[in-house]
Amino acid sequence: MSFYSPVRTNAQEVAASDVLHLLRHVEDPAQVKIDTYESHGGYQAWRKVLASMTPEQVTAEVKNSGLRGRGGAGFPAGMKWGFIPKDPTKPRYLVCNADESEPGTCKDRVLLERDPHAVIEGMAIASYAIGCHLMFIYIRGEFGYSADVMQKAMAEVYQKGHLGSNVHGSGYDLEMIVHTGGGAYICGEETALLNSLEGRRGQARIKPPFPAISGLYGCPTIINNVETLASVPHVINRGSEWYKSLGTEKSTGTKIFSLSGHVRQPGNYELVLGHSLKDLIYSPQYGGGILGDKKLKGVIPGGSSTPFLTPDKIDVALDYESLAEAGSMLGSGAVIVFHEETCIVWVIANLIRFYRHESCGKCTPCRDGTGWLEHIIYRIERGGGRPGDIEKIESICENILGRTVCPLGDAAVMPIMSAIKLWRDEWQYHVEHGKCLVETKFELAEGN
Amino acid sequence: MMLTAETVARIKEAATRYPQRKSAILPALTIAYRQIGHLSGEVYDEIADALKIPAGEVAEAASFYTMFPKKPVGKYLIQVCHNISCALLGAESLISYLEEKLGVQVGEVTPDNLFTIVRVECLGSCATAPMMQINHDYYENLTRQRVDSIIEELTAKAKAGGPS
Repeated sequence: MSFYSPVRTNAQEVAASDVLHLLRHVEDPAQVKIDTYESHGGYQAWRKVLASMTPEQVTAEVKNSGLRGRGGAGFPAGMKWGFIPKDPTKPRYLVCNADESEPGTCKDRVLLERDPHAVIEGMAIASYAIGCHLMFIYIRGEFGYSADVMQKAMAEVYQKGHLGSNVHGSGYDLEMIVHTGGGAYICGEETALLNSLEGRRGQARIKPPFPAISGLYGCPTIINNVETLASVPHVINRGSEWYKSLGTEKSTGTKIFSLSGHVRQPGNYELVLGHSLKDLIYSPQYGGGILGDKKLKGVIPGGSSTPFLTPDKIDVALDYESLAEAGSMLGSGAVIVFHEETCIVWVIANLIRFYRHESCGKCTPCRDGTGWLEHIIYRIERGGGRPGDIEKIESICENILGRTVCPLGDAAVMPIMSAIKLWRDEWQYHVEHGKCLVETKFELAEGN
Repeated sequence: MMLTAETVARIKEAATRYPQRKSAILPALTIAYRQIGHLSGEVYDEIADALKIPAGEVAEAASFYTMFPKKPVGKYLIQVCHNISCALLGAESLISYLEEKLGVQVGEVTPDNLFTIVRVECLGSCATAPMMQINHDYYENLTRQRVDSIIEELTAKAKAGGPS
């Protein structure tokens, strides 16, 4: 039985590095305790901000660091904070998005479970920067253990006086609520998350107005991902110039990559942005190569909604720009690897089932389109493919793309379009012969 | 009454934390689910009373979220992730193995009322695949032998009348 995730990390490498920082203490079970966290310099950034910085200075520092949103979109965090109106007539809110649900992504969970104070400290600093006095963390309902860890951490934080009224005599008040969801991928989309937090169905809202203008309860709201916020104390402690010196010009800092699928050593690995994807998969300290010494067939580099990379394209740097150039996206940093004995139609059938299930039903192209896609793709997968099916799938994809309120529709079709483009002959074989070109059968392993 | 006085008190307490009471709907559903093991129209009505909001608003929200079973399930709800990272490492084989072992199909309750198997979407355990969540706990890096010992352990625990 395991409540605490047994996931492999490169915490040792991080601890020995002067550059990596997010996973430094995650192998220490005591890190969830505030005393341990503080013994490593925890809450120093929060004290520094309260004692010596204005909200504008904090925002400017984060803006200058180049820190970009780690949830998937990669939007610059400091710039987002800057969108909050200066007019103080309404309360402002900060929401930490801990609705981690994109297949392949398990990086936020390790921070929530093993370094909750880093997340809380980042949330506090972001709250101060935008003038928020009540901050929320929205944790997906299934992460009951993470929510328990976060509740305990929050109680300790109040006890130490890092939250509450007049924090450390600064005159600044800040309260926190730990909120849990009910199982819905769409609630990771920021406007759906806000509806959910208001007690409604988790359906996306039309933008504009953007949440920074009209978000939670109609008030200015900033929503940031767990990993983004956990990076903030480091930016404040070591300075934006230091942070900016890591990574590439436009993709600064470090990022946790969740490596899963057919690799010898799946895990969460923190890397400086711009690290080689090939190295992540093959290096003995990370993935250790392909399971069973099979040949690599494809990689999904940024979570299940990003286009595929074929083996000839994996010599690519893991940063926002390089992956875009290679025709895919960095997304949430979830690298999913599959080997030669994997049928591409089977992969896509698995993905579209997920998106059909998670479509919130608001926009017709996505609600109906994902249903039709699932129907046709499963028919092909089960051997009932018909001439014209592939073209029909492409046509449905094109009619969903860009025609929905939120990005779920795009997320559903991008991998499908990419899979047909890259492995069209395999799709055709499947339709014509009523079976896979490569027989796919993954058995549950024996052993302990 | 489905909800105990303690559950109702916890729901009311949750509501006081939020700027708007309606925000407490999801926490209330979670609290109720943890007591009963599934949700129903009766439960929505009682939550609505506790939160002083229309019952329709509770039902409307509840029907959207898939984490809460809407009909009775076994004492142990086995939720198997069937998404890509788990599927690449045998999630479908895991589901078949559980069905065979427990003698029920996905969605059914075993005759002794102990187990229900359901398929669920990605639980954020992709680098420790394949995995399943039983009630609120995660079981990761699964193999046949590990599944055998987990089921054995839970069955023994239930027979001894222990807590779930």
